[in-house]
Amino acid sequence: MFSLAPTDYDAIRLSLQVSITATLLSLPFGFAVAYLITFAKFRGKMLLEVLVNLPLTLPPVVIGYFLLLLLGKHGWLGSLLNEAGIRLIFTLKAAVIASAVVGFPLLVRSLRIGMEGIDPLLINASRTLGARWHDTLLTVILPLSGPGLLAGSSLMFARSLGEFGATIIVAGNIPGVTQTIPLAIYEYSSSPANEMMALSLCLVSVAISMIVLFLHEMMSKKMARRD
Amino acid sequence: MQLSMTVKKSFGTFNLSADMKVSGDRIGIFGASGSGKSTLVNMLAGLLQPDSGEIVLGGDTLFSSTRGINLRPEQRRISMVFQQHGLFPHLSVKNNLLYGFKRCPAEHRTIDFDTLVAVLKLGTLLERSITNLSGGEKQRVALGRAIMANPRLLLMDEPLSALDDTLRFQIIPYLKSVSERFGIPYLFISHSLVEMRLMTDSALLIESGQIVEQTTSEQLARIRMGQSPVGYINLLELSDMTERDGMCAYRWKGIEVLLSAQNRETTSGLFELSSKDIILFKKHPEAISARNLLECRVSSLFESGRKLGVELECGEGSLVAEIVPEAALELGIKAGVTIHAAFKASAFRRLSKSDGDTINNG
Repeated sequence: MFSLAPTDYDAIRLSLQVSITATLLSLPFGFAVAYLITFAKFRGKMLLEVLVNLPLTLPPVVIGYFLLLLLGKHGWLGSLLNEAGIRLIFTLKAAVIASAVVGFPLLVRSLRIGMEGIDPLLINASRTLGARWHDTLLTVILPLSGPGLLAGSSLMFARSLGEFGATIIVAGNIPGVTQTIPLAIYEYSSSPANEMMALSLCLVSVAISMIVLFLHEMMSKKMARRD
Repeated sequence: MQLSMTVKKSFGTFNLSADMKVSGDRIGIFGASGSGKSTLVNMLAGLLQPDSGEIVLGGDTLFSSTRGINLRPEQRRISMVFQQHGLFPHLSVKNNLLYGFKRCPAEHRTIDFDTLVAVLKLGTLLERSITNLSGGEKQRVALGRAIMANPRLLLMDEPLSALDDTLRFQIIPYLKSVSERFGIPYLFISHSLVEMRLMTDSALLIESGQIVEQTTSEQLARIRMGQSPVGYINLLELSDMTERDGMCAYRWKGIEVLLSAQNRETTSGLFELSSKDIILFKKHPEAISARNLLECRVSSLFESGRKLGVELECGEGSLVAEIVPEAALELGIKAGVTIHAAFKASAFRRLSKSDGDTINNG
């Protein structure tokens, strides 16, 4: 029988909160990186591409461990933040950062596909019509990257919803604080008595992911039609 | 407009080295694909940086490698009309037209939107999406957009080559008239000599990245006649068509010329006749299958490769015929002699038709 405990509702809420925040926070950075990779010419471009795509190939646990080294109390960045009174590890912020890092390559990839589909002629036309580069960015590249932006965001959102490995290391599994859907399912699965509860949360997870992926497919088709 | 360009640019094995000084409002750059035409205009527009050299337009230095000057494209006030229209697909026709205008400093805004829309006959299209326009309509919008930016120079980079023949010659009057009407000089780039002659007064010939000739468009067509597989193209403005004996009789400079029946839908228009299709006779032939036989006076001869061009005065009009030097000797052709020129009714090809409002269907 499908049933959800109050902590499950918390997990759903936290999952959505983490995924939405991670996606929204990543958008400007993702757009900037995709723009640099697509349009800019600079030394070290390949290194940037490798770094951006690295989280796709690394086990999420490895990413989580690196984040722990970076953001932990004695970490390079964590110690500075600690002095400023900011604690990230084992908070929802850490879960957001973990989701953002893991989903970032998917966002950049979609944005890049969208930008690569923009005819360079449109950019040249814009410049010869008096637009400065940032004007061209806002009035030509950004609107024409719309489908790529939506496709990338939906993909990243879906990936964030499923994020487990990095999150459990940097944010822990604290019900009502950092416990997202995958972490709640993990906890249920350790006890056979909670099989139905785990299945119920799985169904919720499948439903959210399907809605988001439907949206992603629609956007991808729109991009393909434009090409 | 006065333009001086001394630039060098290398891409792999291709080296462009141009040294040109031109003045006039209707300048052409003629060359085959890959000769460096687009590279040259992209450097002028600021879309491509020369390796070295200097570009001066109307006394203003746009680029100078020695003085460290390189104005950005938006600072140069040089608009472009591209081969592929380059219209913004996310904007309506009206917003495309106004894109450059909105970015033009107020002191340079002299072109009235409504006048331009009327001249280009775009009034009914303003709210339409770019994706719903035909090829000819798109090119008219692209032209309007470039003009509305109030440029001091308009660059037209093969604006007609993506269009079919019918559309090409429907767009040419717009390209010419809009620029003249609003007083904007232009640089017209093409690999078609016919387009060059219709659009420009003087032309630069570019080959393998070098400017090899700077002359009038008409002279360029004569120089190139011997190398061209279609010879020299005579352009005839024919009018007042009447049907006769299953053929079409047109008036041309006070003379009647006969064309085949397939032209009956057109009462007047611009037609081409190749120099290769004109046969010369020393005396009036007794009988001939060609339907047009004109008595003409040879006004001059010119050499083009291994061929001789014979300029003929026929009534008030003139034609160029192409012969080999041996034929000239045999026929005794020299300036001042009278000769007979024959050409078939089927040798004409229509470039545009003047009757009917076909431009609107562009």
